[in-house]
Amino acid sequence: MGTRLHQNKRLQLFLGLAAGFCFGFLLEKGNVTRYDVILGQLLLYDFTVVKVMLSAVVTGMIGVYALRSAGLVRLHPKPGGWGRSALGGLIFGLGFATLGYCPGTIAGAVGQGWLDALAGGLTGITVGAGLFAAAYPRLKERILLKGDFGTKTLPELLHVKSWAVVIPVAALIIALLAWIERSGL
Amino acid sequence: MTWLTLDHWSPYAVGAGIGVLSWLTFLLSDKPIGCSTAFARTSGMIERLFRGPKAMERPYYKEFPPVVDWEWMLVAGIILGAFTSAKLSGRFSLTWVPSLWASTFGPGALARVAVALVGGILLGFGARWAGGCTSGHGISGTLQLAVSSWVAAVCFFVGGIAAAFLIFRVIG
Repeated sequence: MGTRLHQNKRLQLFLGLAAGFCFGFLLEKGNVTRYDVILGQLLLYDFTVVKVMLSAVVTGMIGVYALRSAGLVRLHPKPGGWGRSALGGLIFGLGFATLGYCPGTIAGAVGQGWLDALAGGLTGITVGAGLFAAAYPRLKERILLKGDFGTKTLPELLHVKSWAVVIPVAALIIALLAWIERSGL
Repeated sequence: MTWLTLDHWSPYAVGAGIGVLSWLTFLLSDKPIGCSTAFARTSGMIERLFRGPKAMERPYYKEFPPVVDWEWMLVAGIILGAFTSAKLSGRFSLTWVPSLWASTFGPGALARVAVALVGGILLGFGARWAGGCTSGHGISGTLQLAVSSWVAAVCFFVGGIAAAFLIFRVIG
């Protein structure tokens, strides 16, 4: 279904805005658009960010894989590899703790009135993305494609049916959340 | 409708809500939720403003054209949604310095903004290097069980925890 819906450009821009509105509303209600909460997570005394992320992953994973089994959606796994995902992830992590917001939550922080996010953070992220665009041709062959694993998913990597991974991962995440809750974190 | 004006909701309810939202974006828009590409597109738009069409010769902008797309609108929507939620609960306020920062490094806005700028540059650079952020890799990619996203998400937190301890436990 949906190819006609998916190709309606103007409607899609509106749907993007609507999805963003809901996402921003949820992030603000989840307290995760706050510097203090994000740093609390990275300093390992406030587990709000992990609770929100893991419950989003478990809910999203079961639903998206069910919709895929029903033939209603297709997956869009991002390409990556050790060079791209691991090194890029570590640089991102340094920025994450230094800024105290991420690219999604900073938009929410701006909506909440945080001026450090608006003046410093938004400017910085845009400059950083631009610097990467300029460095991209030189980085691409030398580092980014090292240890590439393409767009593989875990079930493809392990050569098993999707649900053989979805169900154990869901169980592990729920057990982890239960443990976090029991430890009072 | 008092739940709309609450200060905050249970993190599990918020997470489940984001999960359901991702079913809808896959179904209605054939798109996972993600945010950092929008910043790269914006940066391309700004570069084009200053350098003209020559800026568009960058190979990166051939792969990610600097246009307003679904994801760009998503990021704009986040600002509006968070603003609405904060207004409803009376938590909206214009503030320069978060309290945790102020308690360690003082209430000066200039230092906080300068560090936020440096952090933002690292974040934007790293997000595009990894090809995604806490939303695109951390939630949407991991829920699709993408190998790249699980590696990236673990590294986001490894780098983040190391830097946070350095900033607040070593320097601060």
